[in-house]
Amino acid sequence: MADVADGASASPAKQVIYCGICSLPPEYCEFGGTTKKCEEWLQKNHPAMHERLYSQDAIEANLSTLSLDAQKRAAKDAEKKAAKAASAAAKEEERKASSKVIIKRVERNKRKYVTEVSGLEAFDLDLKKVAKDFGKKFATGSSVTKVPGGGEAITVQGDLSDDIYDYVTENYEQIPEDNVECVEDKKKKPAS
Amino acid sequence: MFKKDISPGAKSKVKSSVQRAIRTKITETYPLLVPHIDEILPKKEQLDLVKLPDRVSLYALGSTPLFWQHMDDPLLPHLTLVHKYPTCFPLLRIDRGAIRFVLSGASLMAPGLTSPGGRLPKQNDKDGVGPEEYRYGNEELDEGEVVVIEAEGKENACLVGVLRMGTKEMKEKKKGVVVEGGHYLGDGLWKMGLD
Ligand SMILES: [Zn+2]
Repeated sequence: MADVADGASASPAKQVIYCGICSLPPEYCEFGGTTKKCEEWLQKNHPAMHERLYSQDAIEANLSTLSLDAQKRAAKDAEKKAAKAASAAAKEEERKASSKVIIKRVERNKRKYVTEVSGLEAFDLDLKKVAKDFGKKFATGSSVTKVPGGGEAITVQGDLSDDIYDYVTENYEQIPEDNVECVEDKKKKPAS
Repeated sequence: MFKKDISPGAKSKVKSSVQRAIRTKITETYPLLVPHIDEILPKKEQLDLVKLPDRVSLYALGSTPLFWQHMDDPLLPHLTLVHKYPTCFPLLRIDRGAIRFVLSGASLMAPGLTSPGGRLPKQNDKDGVGPEEYRYGNEELDEGEVVVIEAEGKENACLVGVLRMGTKEMKEKKKGVVVEGGHYLGDGLWKMGLD
């Protein structure tokens, strides 16, 4: 333990770059299933490192340390992983495409309404944060509430269905407009 | 240990007396971290204890994970900490072929270390000389010691865990499980966010 070289003791912590796609140090991206995306990310964000890691020499050097047999197995494995990642991504897309955000107007008591927004979590949104944003945006009470039958929704004080519809479709680009729906609570018929 | 995705459980503040004890424990286990301990765990900052599944405790500073511990096993560094202080831990190296097994959560087996691409202590004459000569140590490591695993052709470590077999025995047997249930790149602990 005593042989810490001079200066080494004062050396600051090493800063390591991590891949913006798979989160690993980019030199390990080749082992994930998202290699293609990882490479694009690196090229865009850290071109020098991309040059070093994806040069022909680097790739050849990597291969030369493995036996032919091991190379084949590794290639097969990588293929499987990529296929798995692709199908997971496709499923995720599908799930998002079929998920709906429901904005529901609920009558509390005479002429008092709350607006219940459900389904946002399917679009990877943090309900607490969104509730806070709604509260700020519309200057009203907004909180995450439990829904009978399981799950959570955001309850906003006041009849804000239309405003929330606009806000949601404009501010969350991952939610297609077709997936947002305004409904009315059907417990009581609206007075005509 | 973290093959599945996990999410952080209850978080609590560590009492200052306990925090001091942990600090001591860290520097006892990893003497090479002594010069860096004030940077890693500043005296005045509040250390948090985050409960994880399977009786694992994680010590973190804000959203930065530092060390984790399974029951009363040794305190093990999070890999992001290892990446910051790469030469402050006992190191071994696996060959390139073993990397993909480690990253998929398999146990690390002895051949990954005893093959030409691997590195064990007192065995550094394969690449000739240079400062790297001593990177993998002059002393054999015993069963039960914490070890950081680097990989052939890679700059950053990919695994940290406890040795199931001493390095001397590995050289003799050249087979068997070396590290099991460690923390590896891309595992549940790696991917878990703390905010
Ligand atoms: Zn990547």
